Amino acid sequence: MRTALRKSIGPLSAVLVAVTAWLGLVVTPADKDQGDYVRLVYIHPAMAWVALYVAFGMAAMCSLLYLWKRTRSLRFDRLAAAAVEVGVVFTILTLITGSIWGRPTWGVWWTWDARLTSTAVLAVLFLGYLALRRVPAEANVRARRSAVFALLAAVNVPIIHFSVIWWQTLHQGATVLNPNLSPTIHGIMAWTLLLSFLAFTLLFAWMVTVRYEIETLREVDEDADLELAIAARRAEGSPA
Amino acid sequence: MWRDALLIARRDLTIEMRSKVGLWQILPFGLLALFLFAFALGPRSDLLEAAAPGLFWLAVLFSSILAAQRSLNIEGSPATREANRLLGLDPAGVFLGKAAAMVVELLLLEVVLLVGIVLLFHVKVASWAFAVPALVLPAIGLSAAGVLYGSLAGGASTRSTLLPILVLPVEAPVLIAASKSLSRGLGVPTPDGGRWLLLLAIFAAVYTVLGVALYGPLEES
Repeated sequence: MRTALRKSIGPLSAVLVAVTAWLGLVVTPADKDQGDYVRLVYIHPAMAWVALYVAFGMAAMCSLLYLWKRTRSLRFDRLAAAAVEVGVVFTILTLITGSIWGRPTWGVWWTWDARLTSTAVLAVLFLGYLALRRVPAEANVRARRSAVFALLAAVNVPIIHFSVIWWQTLHQGATVLNPNLSPTIHGIMAWTLLLSFLAFTLLFAWMVTVRYEIETLREVDEDADLELAIAARRAEGSPA
Repeated sequence: MWRDALLIARRDLTIEMRSKVGLWQILPFGLLALFLFAFALGPRSDLLEAAAPGLFWLAVLFSSILAAQRSLNIEGSPATREANRLLGLDPAGVFLGKAAAMVVELLLLEVVLLVGIVLLFHVKVASWAFAVPALVLPAIGLSAAGVLYGSLAGGASTRSTLLPILVLPVEAPVLIAASKSLSRGLGVPTPDGGRWLLLLAIFAAVYTVLGVALYGPLEES
């Protein structure tokens, strides 16, 4: 049952992303001010949602669960690593899609806006996390260092969220999760936006699942190599 | 904890005074950075004067990476670890001692670099009341963050390349706030000068507390 569910996430997310693309490119209307550039709203906010809140939120939660002695398990470390890897990809895609929208709207590919800058800093921070994981160390040592670093880096997420409120920024405020909780988008555009959130969240879940399985297999392979190496050394020491 | 901190700070400063690594490597690096920034911007004195606070803090920031690596290399040697264990030193005290020694080193570096920007970039200190906290608070923040992230970055072989990636994005707010505060100290009208100092104080306090809490568990690993 669990395997069937896991295997169905990939195709389901692909179908939902395709439907989002069809709705976003064909069915929904162009904006009277922004024209066709408004169609980026069906990927950019969903990618930002996945990167900032789902991926790095999950990484922070798994890191916390690893550091708490009662729930300490390397499974949480692997999950945090998988979430960060996919999260970094989505953060970079968020910056790229935002930049494509910014060029015709603001006139520049990049501006030193609080939200843009803090998001770029977050991407670099979690690239540092991935670099830290590549430092050769015993599994528990690496897990502890990575968990502490992930929690310190995740502090940036609420700063990014509230940056459009705390500072006067070019970046617009939240369309759906604004302080008044009154969405500023309606009709088919709102439904397509909602679907994009669901589609990209499922895509994230599938990517994390695959990444987690690869990491687990890699560790099993390393353990098997270690067992073989120990057996070989023992055979060298035993009389012929 | 405080006794251990004092012991470690004295030990680190004694090592630095005897080895003179700070004097012959870190300090010249900071001065060299100032020269290179000036070469990159050109000889226009108005441009150099406007950029002086930012360039000053960039030079301090890069030098602080070297100082943090140096500080943790001392702690990373097996003999030092063994000695710390045998003496039963409190890890929180070790962290505070290392951070305090680094604060002293950075303050000395800042004084020399301040003289450097006064002479080379033709700026004047207009308000010592702003300039002094604008020099001291970032030194505390950079030292606490440097030692904490240095302990995260693993052994000496990887730390040299990994530490800048880990710590520089975190220290970006210090660079901004310290540059704004120093601008005010140098007489440039800067809105919210007091708030930038507050940000520096919060950063220093948060990373000192985090270091006290986390340095022990990280070093155990």
